[in-house]
Amino acid sequence: MVKTMRNPVDFSQFPDQRGHFGRYGGRFVAETLMEALHELDEAWRTCRSDPEFLAELDLDLARYVGRPTPLYHAERWSQKLGGAQIYLKREDLNHTGAHKINNTVGQALVAKRMGKTRLIAETGAGQHGVASATVAARLGMECVVYMGAEDIQRQALNVYRMRLLGATVQPVTSGSRTLKDALNEALRDWVANIDNTFYMIGTVAGPHPYPLMVREFQAVIGREAREQMLTDYGRLPDALVACVGGGSNAIGLFHPFLNDAEVAIYGVEAAGLGIETGHHAATLCAGRPGVLHGNRTYLLNDANGQITETHSVSAGLDYPGVGPEHAWLKDIGRAHYVAVTDEQAIQGFHDLTLTEGIIPALESSHALAYVTQLAPTLRRDQSIVVNLSGRGDKDIYTVAALEGIQL
Amino acid sequence: MNRIARRFQDLRRTGRKALIPYITAGDPRPALTVPMLHTLVEAGADLLELGVPFSDPMADGPVIQKACERALSHGMSLRGVLELVREFRQTDSETPLVLMGYLNPIESFGYEAFVASAGAAGVDGVLTVDLPPEEAAELAEPLMAAGIDPIFLLAPTSSAERIRQTAPLARGYLYYVSLKGVTGSAIINVDEVANKLAQIRALTDLPLGVGFGIKDPFTAAAIAQVADAVVVGSTLVSKMAELADDPESMRREVGAMIAAMRLAMDAKD
Ligand SMILES: Cc1ncc(COP(=O)(O)O)c(C=O)c1O
Repeated sequence: MVKTMRNPVDFSQFPDQRGHFGRYGGRFVAETLMEALHELDEAWRTCRSDPEFLAELDLDLARYVGRPTPLYHAERWSQKLGGAQIYLKREDLNHTGAHKINNTVGQALVAKRMGKTRLIAETGAGQHGVASATVAARLGMECVVYMGAEDIQRQALNVYRMRLLGATVQPVTSGSRTLKDALNEALRDWVANIDNTFYMIGTVAGPHPYPLMVREFQAVIGREAREQMLTDYGRLPDALVACVGGGSNAIGLFHPFLNDAEVAIYGVEAAGLGIETGHHAATLCAGRPGVLHGNRTYLLNDANGQITETHSVSAGLDYPGVGPEHAWLKDIGRAHYVAVTDEQAIQGFHDLTLTEGIIPALESSHALAYVTQLAPTLRRDQSIVVNLSGRGDKDIYTVAALEGIQL
Repeated sequence: MNRIARRFQDLRRTGRKALIPYITAGDPRPALTVPMLHTLVEAGADLLELGVPFSDPMADGPVIQKACERALSHGMSLRGVLELVREFRQTDSETPLVLMGYLNPIESFGYEAFVASAGAAGVDGVLTVDLPPEEAAELAEPLMAAGIDPIFLLAPTSSAERIRQTAPLARGYLYYVSLKGVTGSAIINVDEVANKLAQIRALTDLPLGVGFGIKDPFTAAAIAQVADAVVVGSTLVSKMAELADDPESMRREVGAMIAAMRLAMDAKD
């Protein structure tokens, strides 16, 4: 069943001036970063309402990224599942192969306007790192990407791509040596190099204005999808589905539909080996509110408030926090958050590959796995838009290894 | 008047500046923390900053990050830190003690429960690194009601407007971060610090502490000329790590470092 709700909330009014989505979000950082955030906020606000900036961004999205991306009717897969019609928003067709570039192209333009000469970024799977290194190369800026030592091992292909693009990949050996630690390290770098450095966060997390700014850059996904549904099929979809790591591809798809109360919204988290095993990254499904990386949101943490380690077969979902707007959408019931296991995601990966000839990223495969559950509960004249956030070339080694094949 | 205010009043009366060492609770082992606090007091510390270990200390450099990891590997928690404070208070009821850490362990504990337990344990101040004044009211108000000082940071990048915004919420002292960077970063520029402190003094009557980057008696003495308090952390923590397997030497050498700073700061030139 698709769940719907009547909402008295005007979602375009959030966050408030200080970045709050209800009790979530905000700006929880050391004083040493406050002025930099203030400066960023001002610069971005100026850009946001500057027609010249917006025109430049649109042109970059069209000619460099390759937008608009198609909304593709997966007919064979829909038929096979025997329920709703499934439409894939093809973010995998963007330059560099994922939605991440929508955000880095935008932030790089802000950085350029601010006169910054050095870009830094954190990365988990390496997709945001690649998208950052890409725009840095294009603008001739220095680029340093912080990446957990653990992830560097797991994502050798993307590490090499970043190096080819001229970026320095800085291994992070503190804490759990994964994405959350890379984010800490990037923040430390930023504090020390505020004068010339722009920090490009890769998802809708971090202190205000990042969750808002990244959402605005990713919302192009949902704006296009909404218009494509209306012009090509004459109606809105009944449901939206996207995977949630930090939550940027999901909020990008969801946000332009939030005021459409009849559209049901599902965010899909990584249940890893199963939520009951403790080895997962299902922050909204299994976590509780706390403060990390500059905002209040749901977190995976132990009874003492220490952040716990996560597990997912997809490095891009392996994060113990989540964007604050999702935390709020969960609490007020506007969006529903579910989780699928590694095994279910892998099945989704194979299903799409075999029925539609599209190899999806393992992150996106989580959304696909949920669609296989949701679609059969809907009628054939109903529809689901699912965000195909990235292509799966980067994951082929992981999938092969799981099947005991060495490439 | 709480212990922090009383201590600064006494120091002012005798024309001395406060020396505030920082160590991370539970590092290198929980059993060594309380004896080390007593050692620091005997060597000449006026106030103590006790770090509450956190898994993601984003404003700290590698030295304190590792200290947090060691403490956490021994099961140290905010609850455990408060027990250490209670133990310390059994034999020292005079030296002010400030907890320094990050917000999430406090959120997890619950603000009300934390304020009550911290007060009962004998905590005098709480510095929450990632809680700037605009988000702080919810914690700062119950702390103040319990007579515990919320301590706030100021930075080289803090504008006059931000200083004006912070000062009314702050109690005890203001902690000026002397450089752009994380704890344990390179040497600080004393002239720049002096200029910024002059700007801050025009906007508040609170004592001003300076920390981040003070590693030796010479710098401590130079900062003491312009500030009311000198905070020393990473250099002590790294000495403790070096001598972790030899608690006797650790206490002796860390005590000697504090004594040397004390001497340099008190010297009349
Ligand atoms: C293809 C793809 N999808 C999704 C994600 C998860 O990030 P987010 O939740 O911010 O979209 C990643 C992150 O690396 C990714 O590479």
